[in-house]
Amino acid sequence: MEGLTLLMQIYVFVLAIFVGFELITKVPPTLHTPLMSGSNAISGITIVGALLSAGVEDMSISTVLGFIAIIFAMINVVGGFLVTDRMLKMFKKK
Amino acid sequence: MVVVSYIVYLIASICFIFGIKKLASPKTARQGNQLAAVGMLLAIIVTLLDKRVMSFEWIIAGIIIGSVIGAVFALKVKMTGMPQMVGLLNGFGGGASVLVALSEYERIYFGNQQFEIYTLITIVLSILVGSVTFTGSLVAFGKLQELITGKVIKYPFQHPLNALLILGVLVLGVIVVINPINIQIILVITAVSLILGILLVLPIGGADMPVAISLLNSYSGIAASMTGFVLSNNMLIIAGALVGASGIILTIIMCKGMNRSLMNVVLGGWESAGSGGSSSSVVSPKGQVKSIDAEELAMLLDSVSSVIIVPGYGMAVAQAQHAVRDLMNVLEKKGVKVRFAIHPVAGRMPGHMNVLLAEAQVEYDKLVAMEDINDDFPNTDVVIIIGANDVVNPAARNNPNSPIYGMPILNVDYAKTVIINKRSLNVGYAGIDNELFFYPNALMYFGDAKEAITKLVNELKSSN
Repeated sequence: MEGLTLLMQIYVFVLAIFVGFELITKVPPTLHTPLMSGSNAISGITIVGALLSAGVEDMSISTVLGFIAIIFAMINVVGGFLVTDRMLKMFKKK
Repeated sequence: MVVVSYIVYLIASICFIFGIKKLASPKTARQGNQLAAVGMLLAIIVTLLDKRVMSFEWIIAGIIIGSVIGAVFALKVKMTGMPQMVGLLNGFGGGASVLVALSEYERIYFGNQQFEIYTLITIVLSILVGSVTFTGSLVAFGKLQELITGKVIKYPFQHPLNALLILGVLVLGVIVVINPINIQIILVITAVSLILGILLVLPIGGADMPVAISLLNSYSGIAASMTGFVLSNNMLIIAGALVGASGIILTIIMCKGMNRSLMNVVLGGWESAGSGGSSSSVVSPKGQVKSIDAEELAMLLDSVSSVIIVPGYGMAVAQAQHAVRDLMNVLEKKGVKVRFAIHPVAGRMPGHMNVLLAEAQVEYDKLVAMEDINDDFPNTDVVIIIGANDVVNPAARNNPNSPIYGMPILNVDYAKTVIINKRSLNVGYAGIDNELFFYPNALMYFGDAKEAITKLVNELKSSN
């Protein structure tokens, strides 16, 4: 059963990569920097894992690692989305 | 409740996909970024409602600390500092992946639970990719911030050493999978992976940073996906895969822009590159260069009808984007058609020049990509190159012995007159002479980009 779960996850992973390729090849060069910082923010999705690690009731090494992971991931998420927004605000057409 | 959270995770995944889709046009891009942020918020909220999350003090403290630091970074950073900013944020993402993987290992280890083989495999991969992303990004940040030299750094046994370390991590990984109750080995894997990240990025030179940053961006996505495998969470897998794909595509575009293979960039620099200190080029055998001063240049520009400006990293270093915008405005007021030619690897990250000029309020439709503008150079009166070098070196077209031969370049030399603004005749990143400077239609306009362009703008204004 575990093996099957892994297989399903690999399905999802591979299909998502195809979706990613399709979407990103359409992004024009002028937006490549915001694309990087924006996608960067999305990679901060590890915050979900960090929250689960830090949230266990008994205080342990796990919790401490999770706590630091939350800080790291939130810097990534908040910094990434905000800086992308700041950049995209500036892109104007005549 | 579990079902609800999975549905919300699905919605969040859709937000990410549509968010990136909307990044395909500057008109909808901002909305797209906000949509992705909403997806993230949904994912965070629903995770907090998970029954496994029982104590909130640490979580709330972590969220506040991280958000404040992230917000300060994002609001303080200058547009010229964007490449190192992206590098740094990338590193934190990778770091978070390692920590989550370690935490998950500890949880199973101290909880005396059974280790599943595939969980172990993904934990090891998560640690490897996350650690390389973390320290690699920090080194990239250090190079771009000039805390570490931007030159190509070579060290003894570079390639065998790195190969050995990667092999070592993999062997240790297999040992852990066979015999999971071995926390020391996990720690050794982490340490070696962290060192590997430093060693892999250290040799990459400054102008190759667009490739390095894109590649690290991709790694951070793959690290997030790995975390998704560890936690059996499809949303993480999807989000990570999207980012991984994005980074890989940008990496490929950057490599094509330099006509180099990914391996060549990753293994560290052009053979003749950077560190060789080939600054002996000030006097070249090819003859004299002609130079021009601001007054003469203003006179020249008074009688032209089309100008293409080619910005490069020098413009970013001198923070000259606003002065360049003024130049555009004053020329347009005289009825001159002004456009910008953007080489894919100009600057230190993909799209670097576009962001700087957007900051200076240059409309994005005036920035033209290399393929679209290259045929227009023969019909252009004046090209003004500001702080770019290798990307306009005709040797890439006509000298098969040149290390940059075959690299796509902007064909500026086909224009009637080429003005090159540079501080000196020094070589560019590739460490080679630029024969363009000695062409009969080339004129050097020496000086710091910001000062020189401002001076030119003043001359043009006063000549009215």
